[in-house]
Amino acid sequence: MSLDSDNELVETISDEQSSITTNPTPVKEIELPKFEKGLADKIVEKFGSRTKVAFVKSNRVRINVSRDDVKEVAEFLRDVLNFDHAESVSGVDYPQDKEIEVVYHLGSYTDSSLSSQILVLATRAQREENPIPGNDSTKLPSLREIFYSVEFHEREVFEMFGVYFQGHPDNRRLLLPEDWADLPPLRKDFAIKGR
Amino acid sequence: MIKELPPGLALQKVDERIMTLNVGPQHPGSGHMRIIVQIDGDFIVACDPDPGYVHRGEEKMAEYRNYITNIPHLERPVIHDSCNVLYPYVLGVEELLGIEVPERAKYIRVIASELNRCVYTMYWLAIYGIFLGHSTMFMWPAGDRELLIDLLEKMTGARVTHSHFVPGGVRNDLPPNFEDVCLRQVNYFEKRIKEYAAIFYDNPILIARTANTGVLSREDAIRLGTTGSVLRASGVDYDLRKKEPYDVYEELDFQTNVLKEGDSYARSKIPWLDMMESCRIIRHALQKMPKSGSVRVKLKPNPKGGDDSVYKRVESGRGSLGCYIVSDKKPEPYRVKLSVGSFRNLIALPYLLKGEKLGNMPSVYWSLNYWPVEADR
Amino acid sequence: MLKDLLTPQNANVFIGKLGDVLEKAIDKPLGYAINWGRIWSLWPVHIETACCSVEFGAASSPRYDVERFGIIEAFGSLRQCDLIVVQGTITRKMAPRLRLVYDQMPEPKYVIAMGACAITGGLYFDSYNVLPGIDGILPVDVYVPGCPPRPETLIQGCMLLQEKIKRMKARKFV
Repeated sequence: MSLDSDNELVETISDEQSSITTNPTPVKEIELPKFEKGLADKIVEKFGSRTKVAFVKSNRVRINVSRDDVKEVAEFLRDVLNFDHAESVSGVDYPQDKEIEVVYHLGSYTDSSLSSQILVLATRAQREENPIPGNDSTKLPSLREIFYSVEFHEREVFEMFGVYFQGHPDNRRLLLPEDWADLPPLRKDFAIKGR
Repeated sequence: MIKELPPGLALQKVDERIMTLNVGPQHPGSGHMRIIVQIDGDFIVACDPDPGYVHRGEEKMAEYRNYITNIPHLERPVIHDSCNVLYPYVLGVEELLGIEVPERAKYIRVIASELNRCVYTMYWLAIYGIFLGHSTMFMWPAGDRELLIDLLEKMTGARVTHSHFVPGGVRNDLPPNFEDVCLRQVNYFEKRIKEYAAIFYDNPILIARTANTGVLSREDAIRLGTTGSVLRASGVDYDLRKKEPYDVYEELDFQTNVLKEGDSYARSKIPWLDMMESCRIIRHALQKMPKSGSVRVKLKPNPKGGDDSVYKRVESGRGSLGCYIVSDKKPEPYRVKLSVGSFRNLIALPYLLKGEKLGNMPSVYWSLNYWPVEADR
Repeated sequence: MLKDLLTPQNANVFIGKLGDVLEKAIDKPLGYAINWGRIWSLWPVHIETACCSVEFGAASSPRYDVERFGIIEAFGSLRQCDLIVVQGTITRKMAPRLRLVYDQMPEPKYVIAMGACAITGGLYFDSYNVLPGIDGILPVDVYVPGCPPRPETLIQGCMLLQEKIKRMKARKFV
C-alpha cells in the first residue's frame, strides 16, 4: 500500500462520518430465527407460564425463571435439550429492584446442532441492604449437581455478590484476599475509591 | 505468632502421613497462583488451587468507564494475547450499538488475532519447556516469537498491548508494504516451528514424561466444561472459529486439530498444531483481503447502548472466551463479565492431579493452557 | 618509644586503633572489589506478580539476552537471591506474600519496581484490590516505567541499579 492511500483513508473516514453514524435502534421487524424459536417453544411447552422467554436472537435464547424452578428447568435443559456445560455464571446487581440476577450461559459440546447456541438461563435472588454473605436471605439453589462445570463460577459469584448457593459443596472464597471484610465488591453500592 | 498471620499464611498441623505442600506463589512451577497439594509419599492425594493473586477488579472498573475507555484495560488480563482477549468485547459493543464493520477491517482483525495467537502460544510453549527443564525449548520459541511481535508492532505500534481493535473496525490501516513482509515472516515462522518436532515433540524424554499423565477422558472433558486445547486434546472437535464463525472465518480455509489421547502430551501438542493452521489462515486472509478501503466506522463520541444484553465469544489461544455485556442506556456498561478459558480449565486441575506423582505437577498444570492473570481478571 | 606507649593497660586500645588505620587503608579497594562482584551476578527471585512477567521473560530471550549484563535468569531458591524484580500489579492478596519473600532474602538485597502498576498502581489506580505502588511495603532502588516496559527499558533499569551498587557502601560496619 502506498502513501497516497493513507490520504484516501482519511477522506473515506470523514465521508462516512456524515453518512454512517451509530443508529441505536434499527427500526425494522426482524423475524425470529427458526431453530432458536423452536428451542424456546419447547421450554414454554413444558413449563408454561413458569418461565418467561426474554429474547430470541440468532444463536441466543434467554429465559427467566424464578428461584424455585431453576433446578427443574436446568434438569430439563440437560436431559431433554442436551445442554451439557455452563460457559459462565455471572451475577448482575439490581439495587432498585432489591434483587440480584444470576445468569447461566449454557452450551453444548455433544449435540452438533446446538454447538453455536447459547442458552441464557437467568434467575433472581433477594437482595439485602446489609449483606452477611452466607447468613442472610440472598440464597439460590446450586446447579452443581446438574452442571458440574459451574463449581468455580458459583464460588466466584458467592464472593463477588454474596449469593449463597444452597447445596454447593465448597462455598469458600476464591479470588478475594482471605481477610476481605467489606461488602461483596461487585455490588453496586460498593464504591471504588475516587469515584 | 501463628495467630497474627492472615488465614492463608497460617501454619497447618502436620498429619502423620499426609503432608500439605504449598506450591507458589513464589515457585518456579506455579506462576502467579498457589496450588495447595496434599501428598502421600510421592503421590498427590488432593489438590486445591488457590487463584486470585492477580485479581485486579477489571469487571468492577469497567462499570465506571465508557465503552471506548474500557478498551485498554480490558486487554490487560492477557497482554501477550491482547487482540483476542479484546475481540469478544468489541464484537459485543458492535452488536449493542448496531455497527457494521468494513470488509477490510474484518480481514485485518483476523490477521492480527491469528498473529497474536501464535505469539501467545510461543510464550506458553517457552514456559512449558522451562517447566520440564528443557532450556532449549525456552530459547527457541522466545526468540522466534519476536518475529511476529515485530510484525504486530509494525501493524499496531505497540509491542504487546496493542489496543488495536475498536468498535467499528481497527484503529489504523496496515502500514505500506505490510503484506509482503508479513508473508515472508510467516513463511519463515512456519518453517521454523516445524523444526520443534525434532527437539521437542519427538523427543523420547518428553514423551516419557508427559504421555499418559493427567489423562482427561472425553466424557469428563465435557462434564467439566473445559475448553480450547484441553477439550480438543480429549477428542471433542469444538472450535468456535468453525462452530460459530465470527467476522470472516467462514470464508477462510483451515481445519481444526483433534487428538484422542487426552494426556499432557496431547494437550501440549494441540497448540503447536494450531499455530500451523494459524499460518495457513494468515496466508489465505492476506490473499483474500480487499486491497484498499475504509478500516473504521467513525463513532459518535460517548456512544450509548440500548437496554439490552449481549454475550459474544471467540476462540482465543486458551479456548472459548466470552464477554457478557449488560447496558442500560448510559455511556458506561452496566456490567461486563469476561468468561475466560483459563478459569474454565482450572476446574480440571484438582481432578487431573489426583493420584498423579508430584513431579508431574508442573507439566500437567501448564498443559492446561492456563494463564493465571486471565483467570483472576 | 613504641614500647613506652604499649603498656598492658592500653594494648587492646592500641591494637584496635591500628586495626582502624589498616581498615581505612584497605576499605576502599576492598569495597570496590566486593561491589564489583555483586554487580555482575545479580540473581532475581522467581516471583511473578502480574502481566509484566511476559516482558521479563522476553528480556531473557535470545534477542535481548539480559544475561550478558550479569542478570542471571530467575531460577533456584530465594535464599541465594539478591534482587527482586516486582513485575507489575501487587494485589492485596499478594502483598503479604511479597513482603514474606523479601524478608527471607539474605542481605544485601535490591528492589526494582517494574511497570506502572508497581510504581503507582498504574491503570488500576482506582481498583479495590490493588496497592497504589509498592513503596509502602518494599524499599525500591530503581523504578522502571512503562505498561509494560519494553525489555530494553528493563535492561536499562538493571544497568542503573548496577551503577547504584557501584556507589553504595560495600559493608555496613565500617
